[in-house]
Amino acid sequence: MEEVEERDPVSGHLTTGHEWNGIKELDTPVPRGVLMFLIVTHVFALLWWFLMPTWPLGTTYTRGLLGTDQWQTVERNLVEAAAERSAWVKAIETGSFDEIRANEPLMRVVQGTGRQLFGDNCAACHGTDGKGGSNYPDLTDDDWLWAGGPEGIAETMRIGINSPHPESRVAQMPAFGRDDMLDRAQVSSVASYVFSLSNPDYSTARNVEAIAAGREVFMTTCAACHKEDARGDPEVGAPNLTDPYWVYGGDLQTIVSTVHGGRSGHMPTWDERLTAAEIKILALYVDSMSAGNP
Amino acid sequence: MPELFHRKLERTAIGFTLAIIAAASVGGIVEIAPLFTIDETVEEAPDLRLYTPLELAGRNIYVREGCYACHSQMIRTLRDEVERYGPYSLAVESKYDHPMLWGSKRTGPDLARVGGKYSDFWHVAHLTNPRDVVPESNMPAYRFLARATLDTSDLGVHLEAQRAVGVPYTDEMVENASRDAFGQATPDTEPASGVVERYGEATQVSAFDGVTTRVTEMDALVAYLQVLGRLTGAAFENTAASEETPDPQQ
Repeated sequence: MEEVEERDPVSGHLTTGHEWNGIKELDTPVPRGVLMFLIVTHVFALLWWFLMPTWPLGTTYTRGLLGTDQWQTVERNLVEAAAERSAWVKAIETGSFDEIRANEPLMRVVQGTGRQLFGDNCAACHGTDGKGGSNYPDLTDDDWLWAGGPEGIAETMRIGINSPHPESRVAQMPAFGRDDMLDRAQVSSVASYVFSLSNPDYSTARNVEAIAAGREVFMTTCAACHKEDARGDPEVGAPNLTDPYWVYGGDLQTIVSTVHGGRSGHMPTWDERLTAAEIKILALYVDSMSAGNP
Repeated sequence: MPELFHRKLERTAIGFTLAIIAAASVGGIVEIAPLFTIDETVEEAPDLRLYTPLELAGRNIYVREGCYACHSQMIRTLRDEVERYGPYSLAVESKYDHPMLWGSKRTGPDLARVGGKYSDFWHVAHLTNPRDVVPESNMPAYRFLARATLDTSDLGVHLEAQRAVGVPYTDEMVENASRDAFGQATPDTEPASGVVERYGEATQVSAFDGVTTRVTEMDALVAYLQVLGRLTGAAFENTAASEETPDPQQ
């Protein structure tokens, strides 16, 4: 082995003994800072082995002295969060809707939490402002397909409409035209009649005959659900056809296609996804959206 | 002596390459390999269902369209995620996901538990034009899915490929794959009862896109979205404790 104990005359460092065309490589030591960093991280790693779950042992692993477990941590955080909220959650769970509404500080919580829950769960269909849209009912008017009021709203949320829930509300507008229960003329005349209910101006001399014929059809075919006065029946989710609120649209063409092809809305069940208290909060929040509106 | 060893190693190209590979794989060997033997890695879920052929086709479309680039499918063990999306995801829920689609970026919301949250009708409207139902959405529209007829002819092969990597599809399932895909999208038909028979009572048979005369890519994608998080109830059992409200007096 060649002699490597050779010092560079300029820097004073040892050389490695390697030489390329007369240039010798310095054997510069690792900077102290870097070395310290390496030592500290190694010590840290060593401590970590003992404190945290680290080493695999066949079918199991070392659990560490701290017993850290992400599942338990999140469970604990959730329990803590529930404990923080427990005072008002309990009040909402046990109180009747009237009691909650009379309790002003509680209602402030309902408004704040309700807004958040609505955004996360309901806004996708009913819109962030609750005004619904084509095919999705407006929640800010005081016209309810099913029972209104917080009790009714909570029940609709719990079981859903045409949902997989065993107690689900079930409502279907049959496809009178497509399934040949009414012929084309009947569909068109009954649509005229329904349209005239909310648009009195439509009853002109030109249309009066079609409207009268439509009324006949309505009484025999539609009145079972929508009632003879066409004001609907919240027991079976049949909408009121005399007011200006429409889920699918109230123009003549849309009414014709509704009578022809039928409709079947879908409200998911929130029974599994939301807690009883959350459903109550949302019911109060949604109910407050329509407060004061006709 | 060590110096001599290093000198020798440094001058043997192949030997040195192998040594680098060995050193670089230490991390993987320590962190990944043991997961294959540790019992706790994948939880037990005896009720875990298989993806039906239609759902698998939807999953393929989800991958093809790159949905995973903006939507994750993993609820992390964090309080805010559990409160927003539901119980945190378990490994067993992705047991039959080849490849897994956990994702790591959320331009849109997490989809791990989106199944059943919205109606089929909503999903179709949303995929057709997201702005129609969520005005502030920046998701692209996928209206062409409703026009694209789903190619069901090769679904049996897809099932076989999944079986090759450990998903327990039976021969009968592979044989009837195309028929089952059609059946799941056409309620009240004979193929529909066949798919329920093979894949379990909980299988959702529906005219997903509202048209029963043909099976489209929209049917497949909506069927897949509606089953997300619903193949097993294991995650819900795991976090039952958090659902109870503690008594403030205690």
